[in-house]
Amino acid sequence: MSEVSLKVNLLGKELAGPVIGASGTFGFGAEYSDIVDLKKLGGVSSKGITLIPKYGNEGERLLETPSGLINSIGLQNPGVQHFIDHELPIMETLGTAILANLGGGCIEDYEKGAELLNDTAVDFVELNISCPNVKQGGIAYGIQAESAKEVVSRVRAVCKKPLIVKLSPQAEDICRMAVACVEAGADALSLVNTFQACAIDLEKRRPVFNNIFAGLSGPAIKPIALRMVYQVCGVVDVPVIGLGGIATGNDALEFIMAGATAVQVGTANFMNPKACETVTDEIAAWMQAHGVKTLDEIRGCARV
Amino acid sequence: MHATACDVKVLEHLALTDTIRLMTTSWPRRDKAPKAGQFFMLRCWPADVAPVLSRPISVHSYDAAMGTIQFLYEVRGKGTEKLAALEPGDTLSLVGPSGNGFDVESALGKRVALVGGGIGTAPLYQLAKELNAGGTKADYFCGFRDEPYGVEKFATLCGKVQLATDSGRYGFHGFVTQLLNPEEYDLVLCCGPEPMMKAVAKLCEEKGVTCIVSLERKMACGIGACLGCTCKTTTGGKCVCKEGPVFDSKEVFGA
Ligand SMILES: Cc1cc2nc3c(=O)[nH]c(=O)nc-3n(C[C@H](O)[C@H](O)[C@H](O)COP(=O)(O)OP(=O)(O)OC[C@H]3O[C@@H](n4cnc5c(N)ncnc54)[C@H](O)[C@@H]3O)c2cc1C
Ligand SMILES: Cc1cc2nc3c(=O)[nH]c(=O)nc-3n(C[C@H](O)[C@H](O)[C@H](O)COP(=O)(O)O)c2cc1C
Repeated sequence: MSEVSLKVNLLGKELAGPVIGASGTFGFGAEYSDIVDLKKLGGVSSKGITLIPKYGNEGERLLETPSGLINSIGLQNPGVQHFIDHELPIMETLGTAILANLGGGCIEDYEKGAELLNDTAVDFVELNISCPNVKQGGIAYGIQAESAKEVVSRVRAVCKKPLIVKLSPQAEDICRMAVACVEAGADALSLVNTFQACAIDLEKRRPVFNNIFAGLSGPAIKPIALRMVYQVCGVVDVPVIGLGGIATGNDALEFIMAGATAVQVGTANFMNPKACETVTDEIAAWMQAHGVKTLDEIRGCARV
Repeated sequence: MHATACDVKVLEHLALTDTIRLMTTSWPRRDKAPKAGQFFMLRCWPADVAPVLSRPISVHSYDAAMGTIQFLYEVRGKGTEKLAALEPGDTLSLVGPSGNGFDVESALGKRVALVGGGIGTAPLYQLAKELNAGGTKADYFCGFRDEPYGVEKFATLCGKVQLATDSGRYGFHGFVTQLLNPEEYDLVLCCGPEPMMKAVAKLCEEKGVTCIVSLERKMACGIGACLGCTCKTTTGGKCVCKEGPVFDSKEVFGA
């Protein structure tokens, strides 16, 4: 039997596999250390952190939908400095790449947060300009290419780490957005964040979520996320990390064949706590069965 | 200690009432022994089948020698209906043990009351066992809407056992709070519907008695990764699944 290699080179760093635990669903990685073999993963993206600690949203935070989940967490986090002092040292022991998912309110907060992360063990900064659950959670920057360009170039100017910009599917034009972020200095892109969604509580005759709208994730969004990743891979030359509803090896392979360098798995972790490992193993099994030795052989192969 | 994930076998599954089930499963991971007040995320349906999320259920009883866990649960909706269909020999996925659990150590030697409401009595049995093993016999107060369940087995573990029902068909006709005099205790440990826990906490507070409660929240990951179950506390937001579900009532109801 031929050996398959799942290794991925992301911006010069060799990742053990193509699957990264998605921000907000994988804690700071340690929570999964006795559940998943983290050394098989490509990395862990931290819960979104902001310069100033945040309590997050009041009221309902979770609602199940057919094949999906609506969340309104609101970027609850202990702040960038707390992350550096307390969570990051533990992440360093996990034996996998570290993505610090950085959110923000105003541009200055993004800049200061990125600066704090400069001299740390973080491998990548994943700039979250796409959180739909905080009024100033960056979604504003995630909709219009012009405002994204401003925040990305300002962060780029101070950030010494490889910079991944995480895009929102709410962007007015996902391709223009992607190009704008790359022009502003993004080294890579990840997409998608959650889709803005809504639910009504019939008994209360009110929206379920205090913010009225909240973010939809999970298998329900996969085909749309895949469409966006396919489109973006056609207009930028930087690596693209695909995510949105990935729950199986086949799902992940679709994103890779559409052109994604790596993938992230989020909501599926709640459906199967070993999802990141399961997806990795299923990719390997598929490659084995199809005589594919490296992901480079199939990356983007479905593009027409 | 971090939670783990394990597929286990259903060994026995009993219907105690129309809606209450007692399920015994194997638990081969002796290195991850659950304690009173901790819980597991349960799932017996495939990842791609609804409901999306697994369901949190407390440890009703853990038998280290046998390597078994018991879950006492109420059939409420989609998830628990699926659990209820399990038969001996079937496989069930568990994630846990999760949560802080009750601080049994600090309760030993004290005058302790356990106060349970309905299915909230589920974690109190393991708690009574651990207290009893440490030489402390707590008093047990339980309230049910109508038909009680699982009360008898507290008799050998506890001192006084007192029962109240809303219907009056069994035990005292009224609320369990009418039976409890917190002044007789150093510590009250409580699990039940939130309004009941708030009433118990208020009684305790008036008498300056410490009241510990176990909260229930919707959960996605159950291991502290998603922050979907955060509750307000006097010291900021805390994750019910990881930093709870057991809290000092003043910390959560005062916030
Ligand atoms: C830490 C913890 C320990 C628990 N231990 C036990 C236990 O030992 N035994 C037991 O029977 N139950 C326990 N529960 C509650 C149990 O998790 C819920 O009853 C279960 O998730 C309901 O799922 P379902 O799919 O059957 O119901 P659903 O179809 O999801 O809902 C049915 C109804 O129950 C309500 N409901 C659902 N989930 C919750 C919830 N988490 N809190 C309040 N209301 C809810 C819904 O609003 C709805 O009205 C515990 C919960 C937590 C958080
Ligand atoms: C509970 C929850 C919390 C999330 N928190 C964050 C976050 O802090 N930062 C971020 O960039 N994305 C966050 N996301 C979005 C996910 O990282 C991911 O982009 C999205 O859920 C789509 O992928 P999925 O369908 O695999 O979950 C969160 C998603 C969920 C479900």
